Formats: sequence, structure tokens, C-alpha cells
Amino acid sequence: MASVVGIFSHSSVSVPVKDKKLLEVKLGELPSWILMRDFSPSGIFGAFQRGYYRYYNKYINVKKGSISGITMVLACYVLFSYSFSYKHLKHERLRKYH
Amino acid sequence: MNENLFASFIAPTILGLPAAVLIILFPPLLIPTSKYLINNRLITTQQWLIKLISKQMMTMHNTKGRTWSLMLVSLIIFIATTNLLGLLPHSFTPTTQLSMNLAMAIPLWAGAVIMGFRSKIKNALAHFLPQGTPTPLIPMLVIIETISLLIQPMALAVRLTANITAGHLLMHLIGSTTLAMSTINLPSTLIIFTILILLTILEIAVALIQAYVFTLLVSLYLHDNT
Repeated sequence: MASVVGIFSHSSVSVPVKDKKLLEVKLGELPSWILMRDFSPSGIFGAFQRGYYRYYNKYINVKKGSISGITMVLACYVLFSYSFSYKHLKHERLRKYH
Repeated sequence: MNENLFASFIAPTILGLPAAVLIILFPPLLIPTSKYLINNRLITTQQWLIKLISKQMMTMHNTKGRTWSLMLVSLIIFIATTNLLGLLPHSFTPTTQLSMNLAMAIPLWAGAVIMGFRSKIKNALAHFLPQGTPTPLIPMLVIIETISLLIQPMALAVRLTANITAGHLLMHLIGSTTLAMSTINLPSTLIIFTILILLTILEIAVALIQAYVFTLLVSLYLHDNT
């Protein structure tokens, strides 16, 4: 999870790494590392943008992208919607006493 | 079962905040943009599709009507993706909410009509009286035509809502019938399961057709008024 500044859509748009990556942080330093992260709205938006482009460049923006690129997204969408409707669905379990 | 039947149509909320906004914003993530001429497979198929749709839809308009092409093509893409995503299990379909369909239908219809009235008043008013009506019938016919004009946005919205909602409801009902009958009588379960499969195929068609119809009618209203 490199902390880059600016738009990150492919690797030639490279900017210096601001922080250590998550896997390099020692366990004792974890709270201070979390506090150093940028939680402003633009920081959060940047995190979503980086995540989106990471997935996009790995699975979709390749020479022979397969259907699994989109299918994984749709499966996550189904799980996400399931978690929303769990409240209604738990009344429909096959139990003797609800 | 009575309360649960309509439970899937309730707009989802996170602690009272509408999560429906997040769900409406999800389809654009599936349609990437690109600044290159040759792209990956996903973008290539989507661009081919959009080209096909825009050619089909905008050939019948004149220059002034073609200024609406961005609006109409994005409308049909949005409705089609939203309806198709709603066919996934447990997902929420925003187009089942009448509020959203009204919000789509009323501004588009009003824009087309007001555009017609501003540019060519005589032509716009002439739509209220079909050619060749006998003279005594004229007052009544003008009233009827006015009503049919004013009802167009309502019809657009309610048509989309009712079709999608009815399809989802039918699938829920037949699905729960299949489950219930599986313990009682096995051959009828297979019959009902076949009905479910046919219904799913129909729903996929309906999702696409409804998008098409909505957009086609809006473009028709546009054609009348340019």
C-alpha cells in the first residue's frame, strides 16, 4: 500500500513513496503508522482510486483479459448485497423456532 | 411471508443513510474509459456496443435532435446496466423505485416539450389536433390530446417501475414455490423449476427491452418537438 500523491493509473506515472508499505511496518509501530495515514476526503478518494487501478491493471487492462475480471466484481457485489439483506433473510431460515 | 415478499424492494440504508446512492453509483465502475485507440477486451466490446446503439438511435433525428445523443445513449446504458445488475441474487434494483423513474422521466419529457414550444409554437400546438377530424369533435379531441400529452411522463415512469417490479416479484414467488414443493412432490418441482428458468431468460430480455423502450419513447418525443 504505497502512499503516492497524484493520479495513479499505470506505473509510468511514478512518484516517490511517502511511507513504508503495510507489510514492512513492524507490529509495534502499527498504531503510529495508522495515525500517519491521510484520512482527509482527498486521501480516502486517493486510496479508492489506487485500489481501483490496481485491480483494473491486473485483471482487465491486459492483452487477453478473460471474463473472470468482471465476474469477480459481480461476485463481490452479490456478497455485498447479501450482507445488506441479511436482516430480512435471517427470518427465512429452515428452523423450527425462529 | 407477506412481509418478506416486498422486503427486497426496501431501499437499503446504513444507519439511516441511504446506501441506495452507492448502489446507483456502482454501474459506472463497470464501464471504464480510455484515451487509446486500441484497448483491452472489455473496453472494446463496450465501445462497439455504444457505437451500435448510437447509430441505431440517432439516425432519425435532425441536427438539433442529435444534440441530445449523449443524453439518450447514456440513458439507455444506465437503465440497461441497472436492470441487468438487479437480476443478480440479493441485489437491489434502483429502477424498482418509482421515485427514481419519475426523476428520470419528468425532466426529459419536459425538456423535449418545452424545447418544442420554444422553437416552433405552431408545430407544437398542431399536435393537439390530428388531421381530418370532423368539426363537431374538435373540442373533445383537443382535451383528449392534451391529457395524453400530460400523461406521457407518468406513463414512462410507471411502465418501467411496474415491469421490473413485477418481474422480480414473479421470480421471488416462483422460486419460493420451487423450494416449498421440493419436499412435497418432486415431478412438479421440476416443472416449476423449468418455469423459473424460462422466467429468468424473460427477465433478461425485459431488462434490456425496458431500457430500449424508455429511451425510444424519449427520443420520439424529441423528434416530435425538433
